[in-house]
Amino acid sequence: MLEYVNQDDHSDFGISELSTFRVKEGLAEMLVGGVIMDVVDATQAKIAEDAGAVAVMALERVPFDIRRDGGVARMSDPALIEEIQAQVTIPVMAKARIGHFGEAQILQVLEVDYIDESEVLTPADEEFHIDKWSFRVPFVCGATNLGEALRRISEGAAMIRSKGEAGTGNVVEAVRHLRSITRDIRSIGQASQSELYGWAKELRAPIALVQRVRELGRLPVPLFCAGGIATPADCALVMSLGAEAVFVGSGIFKSENPQARASAIVEATAHYKEPEIVAKVSRGLGMAMSGQEVSKLEVRLAERGW
Amino acid sequence: MSAQLNIGVLALQGDWRKHFAILEECDVTPVEVRDPSDLSSIDGLIIPGGESTTMSMLIKSSGLEEPLAKMLKNDMPVFGTCAGMILLASKVIDGRSDQIRFGVLDAVVRRNGFGRQVASFEEEVDIEMIGPDPMRAVFIRAPLVEGTGPNTQILARCASQIPVVLRQRNALGCSFHPELTEDFRLHKMFISIAQDSNNVVLPFSKD
Repeated sequence: MLEYVNQDDHSDFGISELSTFRVKEGLAEMLVGGVIMDVVDATQAKIAEDAGAVAVMALERVPFDIRRDGGVARMSDPALIEEIQAQVTIPVMAKARIGHFGEAQILQVLEVDYIDESEVLTPADEEFHIDKWSFRVPFVCGATNLGEALRRISEGAAMIRSKGEAGTGNVVEAVRHLRSITRDIRSIGQASQSELYGWAKELRAPIALVQRVRELGRLPVPLFCAGGIATPADCALVMSLGAEAVFVGSGIFKSENPQARASAIVEATAHYKEPEIVAKVSRGLGMAMSGQEVSKLEVRLAERGW
Repeated sequence: MSAQLNIGVLALQGDWRKHFAILEECDVTPVEVRDPSDLSSIDGLIIPGGESTTMSMLIKSSGLEEPLAKMLKNDMPVFGTCAGMILLASKVIDGRSDQIRFGVLDAVVRRNGFGRQVASFEEEVDIEMIGPDPMRAVFIRAPLVEGTGPNTQILARCASQIPVVLRQRNALGCSFHPELTEDFRLHKMFISIAQDSNNVVLPFSKD
């Protein structure tokens, strides 16, 4: 028989600290090796959780549709986010516009588990990103290179993802961003102390963070990949290039068979070192989302933010 | 003394690399466990933090469920942190009905029982068995232990008196993440459980 343990009051956090950076970054660590899926309603959220997603990103339109529709893309309707929160037990993330701390405050009230200050939405501030230290909810931000990643971390981001080129089904930009970040991390590992000041200047990033990168041989927070991932093989590719987890936006629900593709993408991400498994799960998934050539795009989302 | 201990780390999803690095520091041989063939050499297993629903599905799809259940039933030493503890528990509330419950810890756990990420916290926890100094415990969307069986020892409670470290025979579980700090004492305790288990033939069998 199980004894009942008194649990009527754990609200008295006398000696505990909420929302420390370790707690914020810690959640990102828990998502490592997993797939975060964009979902636009509770039905999709359920499919994502059933397929083994580690988290979902709740939004009104996936990047593919944002691109197609044009206009200003904003934070999702709180009712939609709540509907998705009620559906799943895994973490729920949501996007705020770059610099739009008003939207971020609403997302914090909704108790989303991570806020993505995202270039996929239309930027609200051309000068400043959100001061992420002032929030209890952790933030993830996109980056195209190491300097951008370190500037976002200096503002309080607890997770970095490549920007890639969202909504294109084309992984080439995500690969460029990942390679750029990991190449510079390797170079900094070889740099002398005096060269580090040069790196800080070139990257336009705080010297303390540049030093930290050299000590760790990686970013001070987890590095995930996002933007244009459409197939299990894409996941295996970016994981092998140093991503620790993947965000898949339009790639799942804009494909012919979302359930099968979602499961396959989860398996391929976990087993990215085993091509036999990636081959096995890649069979018979139906059509992937239609891709777009990056050079033919009217809007380059990755150029938003700085 | 026995040969070097091989401690497996379930490496399908979650912060398994953190555990792996700590095991290296603790002078045992860590082994990445992703499919059944990885189980042959291990003397114990760590199930890391992560998403228990995802890990559960990946354990099934990689064919690990059956062999692992068998080894755990035969008292293989196992240490589960957060999601890992959820997988070891006998009953899970607010989980998916199809998620794995190895049941080596006779306990009822509620997934995310402390609340969403905004309620995640760290605090000092006293764990008598590892020494007088408290441990900095990091709780992230942590499971809440709501009940324990008569054979489950409660090794520590948090400030609100909720049990946070449990042991039953060779199974150890904690609802926080010792792998996110520099304090390796719980890992060392687990290693000594694994050492004892592998050096000594238990004079009793599991009933």
